[in-house]
Amino acid sequence: MTDHPTPSATTSAAATTDVVQLTAAATAAAIAAGELSAVEATQAALDRIAKVDHTIHAFLHVDAEGALAAARSVDERRAAGERLGPLAGVPLALKDVLTARGMPTTCGSRILEGWHAPYDATVVSRLRAADVVLLGKVNMDEFAMGSSTENSAYGPTRNPWDTTRIPGGSSGGSAAAVAAFEAPLAIGTDTGGSIRQPAAVCGLVGVKPTYGGVSRYGLVAFSSSLDQAGPLARTVTDAALLHAAIAGHDPLDSTSVDVPVPAVVEAAGRRDIRGLRVGVVRELAGDGYDPGVQVAFTAAVETLTALGAEVVEVSCPHFTYALPAYYLIAPSECSSNLARFDAMRFGLRIGDDGQAGAEEVMSRTREAGFGPEVKRRIILGTYALSSGYYDAYYGQAQKVRTLISRDFAAAFERVDVLVSPTTPTPAFPLGAKVDDPVAMYLSDLCTIPSNLAGGPAMSLPAGLVDGLPVGIQIMAPPFADDRLYLVGGALEEALDAQRGHALLDEAPAL
Amino acid sequence: MGITRDEVAHLARLSRMSVTDDELDALAPQLEAILSAVARVAEVAAADIPPTSHAVPLTNVMRPDVARPSLPVAEALAGAPATEDGRFRVPRILDPDE
Repeated sequence: MTDHPTPSATTSAAATTDVVQLTAAATAAAIAAGELSAVEATQAALDRIAKVDHTIHAFLHVDAEGALAAARSVDERRAAGERLGPLAGVPLALKDVLTARGMPTTCGSRILEGWHAPYDATVVSRLRAADVVLLGKVNMDEFAMGSSTENSAYGPTRNPWDTTRIPGGSSGGSAAAVAAFEAPLAIGTDTGGSIRQPAAVCGLVGVKPTYGGVSRYGLVAFSSSLDQAGPLARTVTDAALLHAAIAGHDPLDSTSVDVPVPAVVEAAGRRDIRGLRVGVVRELAGDGYDPGVQVAFTAAVETLTALGAEVVEVSCPHFTYALPAYYLIAPSECSSNLARFDAMRFGLRIGDDGQAGAEEVMSRTREAGFGPEVKRRIILGTYALSSGYYDAYYGQAQKVRTLISRDFAAAFERVDVLVSPTTPTPAFPLGAKVDDPVAMYLSDLCTIPSNLAGGPAMSLPAGLVDGLPVGIQIMAPPFADDRLYLVGGALEEALDAQRGHALLDEAPAL
Repeated sequence: MGITRDEVAHLARLSRMSVTDDELDALAPQLEAILSAVARVAEVAAADIPPTSHAVPLTNVMRPDVARPSLPVAEALAGAPATEDGRFRVPRILDPDE
């Protein structure tokens, strides 16, 4: 599966380290100024992957040839005087749940091993149009179900801060690639926290845009009413540049909303939150939260106050029911969506001996092709949707979803943004929760409400707990994604100033 | 409330997934634990609350009914497990006795 390039002999190690540590904005600026070529930036990323990915295992597929060809095209057009976009020539890691021509799409599953999609996801066609360089596909929990990337059929990804620990999930490959300086940018997807939780435990900025803000065309569906693609990056400005590149109405996705993309890049640079009203969610604290997480979160909130924000406590009483509602809604949608993996039109087929009927082949293929968590969720969803249980489970969960949206609406009458810790704990050791699904699900306690209500949310590095990063989550009303970047940009600048450097500078060398 | 091993086997059949005895032994208690955790949604008094199926209010989205180029047959079949005469080849769908 893994196809790693060998390090090029021509690039010195020191030069490579410097280039891969540049932010996306700085990389693009250096390319635009002619100080760095897109090919050099891409080769530096490929060399870094060759050097560290045997340890990290973020990448499932590296497309060195395609990446270098895209980079050469950028360099040629720059030399010809063409005006290029703000991310032209910048390398990116793509979560393997989005289709891209010329690359496999596995979704971390055996059932799609070796499958090549015949079309680009809209996110991918927009990245190509923006001249972003696609390095390849990165690891994930199978079909985006999980919080640790241990549910990948292709083996776990490791956290660059401590390689005995999980990188979060399901976008663990995306987060690990950026934190390990294999790419300055990555695309993840977030159904219950799968961008924000890996961003938090890897010390990155991660954003789930408003539902409907980024096209889902070509995003292999897990839970269609919740899934949303978004950026992971090392800085708020980089995340904003990537968000702006992929967002906007798409006629190919009927749930894409035709409203202007919020001015996220401008908001990231404003750095002034005087008078902004910030609500601390009372329910997202207490039992089950690591004391160190609370300390880091409280310190970040005090920094918001010091920056001139008006901080108040708000109550969202139904948030405590978000996790159970999610684990009924998402598996229900999953059991329906994953019915398409039927061994008939694409992917794996097992047991087709000329005698066995279609249903038997289907059953044997799904048995062999799906991993344990996917099977658990398909069966749970089938149960929740079955006659006699529908009203008590799925129907009731949908009503709770309404109440959670109402809690958000009431809170946003009083405040401009809400904040909470992103996760209850820092990254846990690999293997610690694989046999205890309920314990694993608690990783998404704070992130799920925004998925259920559809609003945007960001995780930003808050600090370290025993040497491991933790995040602060910022939540905004639907289509007010710019507020995340306004608050995130100001808070990032202040926290970096307090510690004298970016948090990721403290990550151990690989 | 509870979920038995037999119920799990039935749900697996409904989901068109074969499961081994070992899997049933593992799945039944796990699903039981998950269900007892999610059953808390029943505590919420929501009798007169409308359900939300989608976060963004949606109406049907139409496009003009105009013919457009589609995927070439060869590309559409390129990822298929088996093909024949430019079509997907599937196992028999009827019982031999029917």
